Amino acid sequence: MKKLLTILNASAVLLAATATVALAADKMPAVVFDMGGKFDKSFNQGVYDGVEKFRKETGMKYREFEVKNPTQREQAVRKMAQRGSDPVLGVGFAQASAIEKGAKAFPDTRFAIIDMVVMQPNVQSIVFKEHEGSFLVGVLAAMASKTGKVGFVGGMDIPLIRRFECGYIHGVKHAMASATVYANMTGTTPSAWNDPTKGAELAKSQFDRGADVIFAAAGGTGIGVYQAAKDNGKYAIGVDSNQNHLHPGTMLTSMLKRVDVAAYNTFKSASDGSWKSGIQVLGLKEGGIDWALDEHNRDLITPAMKAAVDKAKADIIAGKIMVHDYMSDNKCPK
Amino acid sequence: MTAAGSSTSSAFPPAIELRGINKHFGPVQANRDVDLTVPVGTIHGIVGENGAGKSTLMSILYGFYQADSGVIEVGGQVCPIHGPEYALAAGIGMVHQHFMLVDIFTVLENILLGAEGGALLGPGMAAARAEIARLEADYGLEVDPDALVGDLAVGLRQRVELLKALYRGANILILDEPTGVLTPQEAERLFEILTAMRDRGVTIILITHKLQEIMAITDNVSVMRAGQMVAHRETAQTTREELAELMVGRQVLLRVEKSAADPGDVVLHADGLSLIDDAGVLRLDGVSLDLRAGEIVGIAGVTGNGQSELLEVLSGIRPPSRGRLSVHDRVIDHDHPCEPEEMRDLNLAHVPEDRQRMGMISAFAAWETAILGYHRDPAYTGPILLKTDAIVEDTDGKMDRFDVRPANPQLTSDSFSGGNQQKLVLAREIERRPDILLVGQPTRGVDIGAIEFIHRQLIEMRHAGCAVLLVSVELEEILSLSDRILVMFEGRIVGEVAAADADAQMIGLMMANAHETENAAANG
Amino acid sequence: MRTKQKMPPQMANGSAKLPTWVDIGLLPLINVALAFVVSGLLIATLGQDPFEATWIMLRGAFGYEESLGYTFYYTTNFIFTGLAVAVAFHGGLFNIGGEGQAYIGGLGVAIACLALDQYLPFGLLLPICVLAAALFGAGWAFIPAYLQAKRGSHVVITTIMFNFIAASLMVYLLVNVVIKPGQMSPESREFASSAWLPYMHEALAWFGWEVAQSPLNLSLIGALVCCVLVWGLIWHTRWGYEIRAVGANAEAAVYAGISPSKIIILAMCISGALSGFVGINELMGVQHRLLLDFAAGYGFTGIAVSLMGRNHPVGIILAGLLFGALYQGGAELAFENSAFSPDLIVVIQGLVVLFSGALSYMLRGPMERLYLRLRPPPPPPIASVEA
Repeated sequence: MKKLLTILNASAVLLAATATVALAADKMPAVVFDMGGKFDKSFNQGVYDGVEKFRKETGMKYREFEVKNPTQREQAVRKMAQRGSDPVLGVGFAQASAIEKGAKAFPDTRFAIIDMVVMQPNVQSIVFKEHEGSFLVGVLAAMASKTGKVGFVGGMDIPLIRRFECGYIHGVKHAMASATVYANMTGTTPSAWNDPTKGAELAKSQFDRGADVIFAAAGGTGIGVYQAAKDNGKYAIGVDSNQNHLHPGTMLTSMLKRVDVAAYNTFKSASDGSWKSGIQVLGLKEGGIDWALDEHNRDLITPAMKAAVDKAKADIIAGKIMVHDYMSDNKCPK
Repeated sequence: MTAAGSSTSSAFPPAIELRGINKHFGPVQANRDVDLTVPVGTIHGIVGENGAGKSTLMSILYGFYQADSGVIEVGGQVCPIHGPEYALAAGIGMVHQHFMLVDIFTVLENILLGAEGGALLGPGMAAARAEIARLEADYGLEVDPDALVGDLAVGLRQRVELLKALYRGANILILDEPTGVLTPQEAERLFEILTAMRDRGVTIILITHKLQEIMAITDNVSVMRAGQMVAHRETAQTTREELAELMVGRQVLLRVEKSAADPGDVVLHADGLSLIDDAGVLRLDGVSLDLRAGEIVGIAGVTGNGQSELLEVLSGIRPPSRGRLSVHDRVIDHDHPCEPEEMRDLNLAHVPEDRQRMGMISAFAAWETAILGYHRDPAYTGPILLKTDAIVEDTDGKMDRFDVRPANPQLTSDSFSGGNQQKLVLAREIERRPDILLVGQPTRGVDIGAIEFIHRQLIEMRHAGCAVLLVSVELEEILSLSDRILVMFEGRIVGEVAAADADAQMIGLMMANAHETENAAANG
Repeated sequence: MRTKQKMPPQMANGSAKLPTWVDIGLLPLINVALAFVVSGLLIATLGQDPFEATWIMLRGAFGYEESLGYTFYYTTNFIFTGLAVAVAFHGGLFNIGGEGQAYIGGLGVAIACLALDQYLPFGLLLPICVLAAALFGAGWAFIPAYLQAKRGSHVVITTIMFNFIAASLMVYLLVNVVIKPGQMSPESREFASSAWLPYMHEALAWFGWEVAQSPLNLSLIGALVCCVLVWGLIWHTRWGYEIRAVGANAEAAVYAGISPSKIIILAMCISGALSGFVGINELMGVQHRLLLDFAAGYGFTGIAVSLMGRNHPVGIILAGLLFGALYQGGAELAFENSAFSPDLIVVIQGLVVLFSGALSYMLRGPMERLYLRLRPPPPPPIASVEA
């Protein structure tokens, strides 16, 4: 055993040596996807799209790793840094402590994290104001509704999704104080992100109760919600990326959370030298959050709706409307 | 070792001829250079102790195993048998000790099973019905083809097995211990059928350990011992004593010598014990009996008439549903059950009917099986750890005194032969010097040499003042060991006879409850 | 119909035919090798070099101090869950609820740590946490055990269900109760350092042995102690005797005055407690807070570990090491070469389980024949000893 170890060690050193030589030439950026994997049709995939866009545009390769258990988060982040990757991008709030430890251990490496704040001099933290975007689509939902009842289908019941929900409710009430909002979470386990069947069921039950617009913030589960809306001739609102094209005519709009842009920008700015550490809060103002208006839903958005949502957007940016952030106090005031 | 063959000369080639069959399982040579010739149209008995290799040899003939070497000829043709389907094609059928029937199918469906003759059942059914009628007429195999097998008595189920084999065109039948589950009357009926078959040219190989059956029905007999054929005899030219000696390799005492009993006080008293099982079926129906110190009480009956349940209630495994049981001064009823552990504390020991299922744990080492039920005894366990060394030493002694072979406490319990397993279980229970000993089927699956030993032990227990309750389906055993005999039928005790007044015919009738029916008929 | 035949006694104890070193040494090795051959073919069809992949996995699992640390860290979890499965298995119970029991065991650890880490020093906190892990894990196993023992609900079904219930319960607690306010991630606050189990690299540094940093912590010693305790329990105490009796033959156990329902509950609670210790390794040892999904399938892998380790502590250590190496080496492989997706690693792990667990008897027959051919036949009739 000991002998084997020695041999293995020796060769490891050799390999490591050759690797370092190769690495010194070009510092690759690296991304650590979280549990769920890069093809989760949701958050991780958004990041994947962004870094792929970066690779295609610049021709620069990147390292990647998909963690399978909590311990691998730190392992992967450290390993990326050890290999001389720069910057190292952590996907999702769950990687915060891993990024923090990595940043302390490798002060000369640049790190970035999406959806969480890590206060370290060499970390760029990118967070989104999902509640602002949710507010806007809430306004649209209330105005598009004929019944005065709208729905919300969340994915896994975590604070982040409640932030969507809370912003949405505020938007709805802002446009129509008497409106009713039905809200359901798909589940409490990660499988809730990818359960279109359940999504469709929840949507149908909300339609049955009179809702005619449903906002789904539920990853892959949303696909079922959109399909149910199409089948029932009601409206659905997409999330994260522009999903209007899925069912033109029944997709009222999509709330945009540009994770891909954030990931792309981090790699891009690092390669051209404009990278900055610190917190980047991406809201309406910064263009990280928005609502989607394109050829697929132009006919559904009346001038009055557009005017109202534009005004709300301007007011939020100007600070005249303060959308409550659920995660500031884990409460959603009615 | 005699050369192959029997004295029956015939113009036909023999139905079966085996030459030089060898088979080993790992280090165990189950068959060694076995030769066997079975002439057409004869009943050929194969006897031997457990583990002598009879079952292996027949499994080779029926294609469950392949011989390592040797030749099988059927009807004079070399016939390689690679599986049961080859055996069936060669006209060999087998009736197993444990029936291979589907309870929820009718007799007809069971007979057709595996020989449906097409995707549609209809035509096959009709053909089968006609064929079965013919077989019934020829051999006296009467059975209702539309009855559910689950509703049939054991003897009738066996006929279904016979019909199944014959329907597939078998003209050579292997029967493995066919009378183990039958009443004497049913067994006699079976023998009539077998004789009818033989007279019509069917060749029958009968595996059994009951020598009286060999003497009663076979034409020739072959004796196996330790994997080898040790003798071939014409039945008319041999005696039970000779066969027993050939099987065991030494002289065997077939009769149990015992003095008159001297019963003492009642140590166990059962009063109207009833047991309703989980399915709501009444298994014991008001059983009352007394057991006195220094006597052996035999319980006779066909398997499944409540004997097992009686043992379970008496040993505390199941509480009675109704009635009372007194063991010494302890009164036990439904509301005051007595767990097996407490029964042991009352100095009641129990040798279960089925040692594989209950009396031992196959995967356990012999020393572990040797303390089963007594593992909480401070002699065997400290506050936390088992006293392994002491137990092994203790087991060593037991094995020595009860002649358990191989005398190695570390071997797993299932690596011993049936007789040695039984001796180990007996040693465990008897060496506690119990006041009351319940014994179920003490010699089931036990070879002749060990039977003698076990019987002697039971008699000695009686002499030592122990009250022995003996449950056995071997009528001969009951008759020769007991001082009193109780007969069970459908959960009831239907008769009591002093052993001196009993004979097999009378007990057999009581076991089938025939005398009572006759009485009822006479009274009605 | 053929399979139903009664086997002659010679077949029944067929396992006695092969010598022990073949049975528990060579056969598993061949099985693992086969699994790697099939994995290699799979890798080759994907256009990758299987030898390079094997090399990377080996080096990634054992090649340097840090990797060894990770491998042993995973092994620690697998020993706990493997032992848990084994104890239940000896009692004839298939406890596939190790995942949930580990998860809830972690909840116990977290509650103890969060409640007491401000007041108690490590020396006092550790035994309380160990007790909490055991109690919570055992408690979670107790309910299915009770249902099996008293109501006859099959423990396989209930323990699976309890995995889901545990997951849901933990999400609820983490999202609504234990979460550190104002935090995005459903996690508790970090435990105070008095609740941190020393890392192995820290512990070794006390003795002047500097090794690379890794999540390996003193739980490994706990796991090894558990191995010894389980070994003693199963084979050298009367409770182990009773557990094995019930597992091997419940009817004989009843005959022997052993209550199967008590033993079912006892075995399941011990099993659950052992699973719960995953919480010690994960939460006190590595994560230092309560978080989602820290059980990460260790409970399920424990089934394979126990199966492969023949339900014996020594086998479980070896199988745990193998799976630890697969986890760590697999991660390394995915890291080195993105063509090896984590899913492919799971496939390789699955092949190992398939060959060494599910198909472990496939090669037994051929091996026996080969062995007998290479051995001269035994001296004449051994069968006579049997008579």
